[in-house]
Amino acid sequence: MKLFNLFRSGGTAPIARERLQILLAHERSARSEPDLLAVLREEILAVIGRHVAFEPDKVQIKLDRGKSVSTLAVDIEIPNGSRVGGVAPQYRRLTLDGGDSSMNKQVA
Amino acid sequence: MSERTSARVVVVTSGKGGVGKTTSTAAIGAALARLGDKVVVVDFDVGLRNLDLVLGAERRVVFDLINVINGVAKLPQALIRDKRLENLYLLPASQTRDKEALTEDGVGKVIGELREKFDWIVCDSPAGIERGATLAMRHADTAIIVTNPEVSSVRDSDRIIGLLDAKTEKAERGECMDKHLLITRYHPWRAARGEMLSIEDVLEILSVPLLGIIPESEEVLRASNLGSPVTINAALSAPARAYFDATRRLKGEQIAMEIPSESRSLLTKLFGRKAA
Ligand SMILES: Nc1ncnc2c1ncn2[C@@H]1O[C@H](COP(=O)(O)OP(=O)(O)OP(=O)(O)O)[C@@H](O)[C@H]1O
Ligand SMILES: [Mg+2]
Repeated sequence: MKLFNLFRSGGTAPIARERLQILLAHERSARSEPDLLAVLREEILAVIGRHVAFEPDKVQIKLDRGKSVSTLAVDIEIPNGSRVGGVAPQYRRLTLDGGDSSMNKQVA
Repeated sequence: MSERTSARVVVVTSGKGGVGKTTSTAAIGAALARLGDKVVVVDFDVGLRNLDLVLGAERRVVFDLINVINGVAKLPQALIRDKRLENLYLLPASQTRDKEALTEDGVGKVIGELREKFDWIVCDSPAGIERGATLAMRHADTAIIVTNPEVSSVRDSDRIIGLLDAKTEKAERGECMDKHLLITRYHPWRAARGEMLSIEDVLEILSVPLLGIIPESEEVLRASNLGSPVTINAALSAPARAYFDATRRLKGEQIAMEIPSESRSLLTKLFGRKAA
């Protein structure tokens, strides 16, 4: 059927247009994702930074898009004795996991 | 010179390479100058400059954009005045030095200085979405998105439109970037046969207003061979008329959209062209 249409219309432009429309709809919605991640990253780090000192390059933030559920994983390495205000830290590694539970604090 | 408060910075951009950005920058820059405005065309394609060649000024380059940014040269020393059009100037890109020298502050300062001297600052963007391309669009008031009616070019244009709406100073101020689509290398007969995306297809997909349609033409190749844009050297040719119309629209004139063809250009050559 498609092949028939192809011959009849004499050109491939309609196929090009359809492919582009589908692709661009997808790419436009995907474009906003990195920005969301950047905003989350900045705000999460600001909150954590008020309580503990850490190195920015020891931070990993990942957003995994699933079909029905997405997971936000935040992994921050915190050196011992880095509690802002001089109080000893109670935990060395902080993991936020937005999959199903709200927030887990873990002692590494 | 009287004070110029309304200088316009235009970026000519595309994402995809080889679609006609440099050709269009030169042709529109020259057309603006011929219409009486004072124009500078700025080459942002550091390492791969070509605007000098297309304008026939390649042997006159002494200093370049990066020299000015680094303070090695003053802006007036780097500006090259066109030999044919006294209102047209070129600020060339550097051919050898590394791209890191193109800093946001440096570019901002140069653009600021150019705004005081010119009516139009037309920036020829490199291909891609890296530093050179983002800096070329950074300070723009207006963007010309050069697109060929072909899938990969349209896709890349869509990507560039996203950047124009997010990463420019104007966008960051919360203003809407003034965007125009320039379709180049258009083959009317191919579009008519459904072999090439039509103008309507491209406009519907990108939803950016159309500035002009430049037909595929041997005159463009001839012009670059000679180092003289079609709007200087072959002003009655189909691509030149299309560029003049696009330029007038850029200046805000209302001009009916038509696709100039070679046969009509022959007619206009024979019977003269009515003053627009
Ligand atoms: N309307 C046209 N008709 C025929 N040839 C054209 C037309 N427009 C551009 N070209 C040719 O296409 C080639 C690429 O053009 P140009 O250098 O202007 O593209 P560009 O977008 O600046 O490329 P780059 O991304 O490499 O900077 C050149 O050989 C030019 O002569
Ligand atoms: Mg170019």
